[in-house]
This record gives sequence, structure tokens and C-alpha cells, in this order.
Amino acid sequence: MAENATATPEIRPLVPHLTLGETRDKDYLNGSRCTNCNATYVGPRLFCAKCSSAGPFESIRLSGEGEVYVWTIIHQATPYVEAPYVAAIVDLPEGVSVNTNIVGIEPKPENVNFGMKVKMFTEKVSEDREGNSYIAYKFKPIEA
Amino acid sequence: MREVAIVGVSMIKFGRYPDRDVAQLAAQSGLEALKDGGVQMKDIQALYSGNLYQTSGSGQRILQQMGQTGIPVVNVANACATGSTAFREAYFAIASGAYDIVMAVGSEQMGKQGLLGSRGDPATSLEGRVGSYMMPAVFGMAGMEHMRSYGTQQEHFALASVKNHMHSTQNPLAQYQKESPLDEVLNGRMIAYPNTLLMCCPTGDGAAAAVLCSMDKARQYTTQPIKVAASVLTSDPYTDRGLTLPDINTLTRNAAKIAYEQAGIGPEDLSQVELHDCFATAELLHYENLGLCGDGEAGKHIASGAPWIGNKIPTKYEEDVAPFQDKTYQPKTTAVVNASGGLLSKGHPLGATGVANIAEIVFHLRGQAGGRQVEGSKIGLAHVIGLCSACTINIVQK
Repeated sequence: MAENATATPEIRPLVPHLTLGETRDKDYLNGSRCTNCNATYVGPRLFCAKCSSAGPFESIRLSGEGEVYVWTIIHQATPYVEAPYVAAIVDLPEGVSVNTNIVGIEPKPENVNFGMKVKMFTEKVSEDREGNSYIAYKFKPIEA
Repeated sequence: MREVAIVGVSMIKFGRYPDRDVAQLAAQSGLEALKDGGVQMKDIQALYSGNLYQTSGSGQRILQQMGQTGIPVVNVANACATGSTAFREAYFAIASGAYDIVMAVGSEQMGKQGLLGSRGDPATSLEGRVGSYMMPAVFGMAGMEHMRSYGTQQEHFALASVKNHMHSTQNPLAQYQKESPLDEVLNGRMIAYPNTLLMCCPTGDGAAAAVLCSMDKARQYTTQPIKVAASVLTSDPYTDRGLTLPDINTLTRNAAKIAYEQAGIGPEDLSQVELHDCFATAELLHYENLGLCGDGEAGKHIASGAPWIGNKIPTKYEEDVAPFQDKTYQPKTTAVVNASGGLLSKGHPLGATGVANIAEIVFHLRGQAGGRQVEGSKIGLAHVIGLCSACTINIVQK
């Protein structure tokens, strides 16, 4: 009755600040807030870089909508990623910022604006040798 | 604290040395620095070795090449500020009175790996899937932040590449010594907007060394001791977006403030600056961070001609630069920036860079910088920043 390598493949978040729901439309970004100084972080934290305390930290659910703070267009990418693509920092209403890709637009400077309103979604981006799937979040412009 | 002097420096030509190992490159610069200072290896009381890729034992391997005298060796790694952190440790060794004469060496052998090397397991890597964490992205976005705040144009950043590549033509130690007019920079292959290929520093192999000595003993070795007027290291303080978008500005500003206080000078007193232009965008941000111009004025500052050798735009580039000039702008400082050609031309073998920047300024203070000599240079500032994050500023003067 030896256990073998045919364990059921899992669906996993690519980053710890992505919480997966039953279905992809239930996925959300998580953060944490230091109850001592109110500093807000993306993802879980044990200690606070701002007030040097151990919190405690309150887990918070981050909004799925935000604004582009700054962006760049990466033309020379790591080998397994298709380029060019838009990499950006998106500010969320909770006072935190996330790294992300902006998709749904042609990656040209004239298509990306500072302060552009964007909305989060998730999708599978990779699979490892054991067949586990990895889900990442991305942002796309909110149609005006 | 005692006054500290630099009595010997060396920088080997940066480039690619596939037939040499990194300890040999470092030993070459070490031996040249000894010769430059008229110092014997047996006089050196401690070695501070900056090397990022081969940290453990890097200094001992250098001594296996240049002399196993049994002295204490401290191996230093601190991102791109590795070499300059080793220099600062050497500075403290003298300033504290622990030793009278020591050496700092910075070295690196990067081959062709560059800054786009492997990022781990492709199945679980974030790179390119949840934004980009590579240096081109970080410094592209740092430039975009300046564009957002001040309306700076891509062309303003590109002028840093034009300037530094022009300066490099007079630096035989630079990896590349080729001019690049504005249209060539702008029309080059895009790496990460707004930085094109010629707005990114090359990687390579290199080494640089400095011999430091207490000022009271320096005259035994040289008639031109160079005083270390300030040696400062900072890390990145907590800022709101700093854990998502590395903040290269605040720690540089903090370091500059401390360094100017230590040296008892202001940015207007500087003859020249060697600053960390790993990307053209970074150069302009650091004009403001180092106080060479006011906030938001970096684009005007470079277009004014002030940071160019001779403090003016070369005649052949006047037409190219004119559309980006503000005729009402009056530069408040005249420090020439990156007379060496900067990292953009000189190359950036990580551990070597911080010592090489200091060596470059020493060449100028002694009047040994040949065709790129900053006339009458009396005091210079060497700045380095490495991400995650370390900033060093060393001010040296005649």
C-alpha cells in the first residue's frame, strides 16, 4: 500500500497574498494591518517594519480594483515569459500597492496612463512537474 | 576618530576576462594600488574584500595570488554597494586607530550572465507573471515615477546616456568607449520603458583597489594624500510603497545629508560626482537626491550642460539638446557627473564598482585623468546604491 507520486494535483496560489476561492471569480488579494501602528502590508506578516512590533496583525481583504501608480513595458523578459508586457505598481484603496501585470491592452506607452483604473482577475499561469497548477492575479483596465 | 587618507588606487580595465579568474583580476588591481602608493604588501595590516558572487573566501583567494601574509581578511557583500562598503570598513579600521594601513579591493566576474539571469523554477517564478522584479523594471518604474511627478521626458533621461558615453571616449579603462548621439540612444532596442539598451549599464568583469592609511603616516608614502572627508552607509527606511517598488531615493537622500555634514561641505562645493547610473533614469533621480539641483529639476539640469565635462553641452550636441532646455534654468551646482563615462560606459562588475568610483575621483584630484580630467578638481563624491537596499557615499578631497 505504498504511497506513490500519483497524489491528486493541487491548485495553488503563485503568491501568498492571493487567497483562492472555490472558483476563480471568488479569488481575492489579502493583506495585513498592524494593530499597533496601522501600517498595512500586502500578504501575511509576523512583524512590523514600521513600528518594530509583533503586531498583532489583523488579516484584511484587499479590493479588486485600484489605480496604476507607475508602469514600464518590459521588452527583454525572462525566457518563459512572452514579451513585451506591461509591469506595473497598482495602488489599492486600503493604502497598499501591489506588483502586477496589466493585460487587455496592447503593450505600448500610449495605452497606459498614470492613475488608470484597473480591475483584478486571476488565471492559471503555470504547472509544475507533479501537475500542480499555479494561479496568479493580473489587472486589466476598467472600461470607461 | 583619526583622519584617513588614500595613498594608492587602481582600477583595471573593465570588460570580459574569460581566461582569468576573479582572484587574479583582484590581485592585479591590488598590486597596482600598492605600486601606486609605494607600499609593500608586507606593510598591509588588513584586507577588506568586496565580492558579491563569491563572497566566502574572496579576500583569502586574492591573498593566495598577491601575498599570503596572514593578515585579517573581511569579506563583504552588500549588493551593488559591496565594494564601497568594503572601502568604508577599511576607512573605519584606520579611523578607529585599529590599523595604520589597510587595503580595500572590490572585484567581480559576471561573464555574460548579466542581470537577466535565471530566476529559479519556471513553474513557480513570479517574474513576468506578477509584475517584474528585475533591475530594468525597477529602474524603469523609478524613472516613470519622476515622469509622473514632474513631467520629465524620456529624452531627458536619454541625455544621461549621451553625456556619459561621450565622457567614456576619454577613459581607456571603460568597457565601452563609444559615443552615442541622442537619436541612436532613443532608437536603440527597448529594454524596459523608458530605458533603451544604451540607457542600461553593461555587466562584465573587473576589479579596483585602494590603499588607506592614517593621514599622519600618509606622507611617508606620497606627496599627494587624498583625504576621506566622509564615508556613509544607509539602508532603506520604511516608506509606504517601498516593499513593493524599491525606493532608491530616500536612502540616498539620507546618506547625502549625513555625508555633507561629515565633510562640512554642500553640493555646491563639489568639483565632481561619480554616481550610480546603472540605468539612465537613475542618474537624473540622483541629481536631486544628492542636491545637485532642486526636486523636479533634473531634466533641466542635464540639458543645461552643468553636469557635462566643461559644464556645457558640447557644440556638436547643442542642436539635439536645445528642445529639452529651459533657458531660464540656472544651475546651482557645477559638479561634473560621471566624467568616467559612468556605469553606462565603464561597466558594472558589481563588487568592483564602489571602489572604482572612488579611484576615478582620486585620479582627477591628482590631475591624472587624461582627456577626461575635470579641471582643477578639488573635492569629489562617489555614490553607489544597491537594491534591497544599501547606499554608500564617500567624499574625498585634496
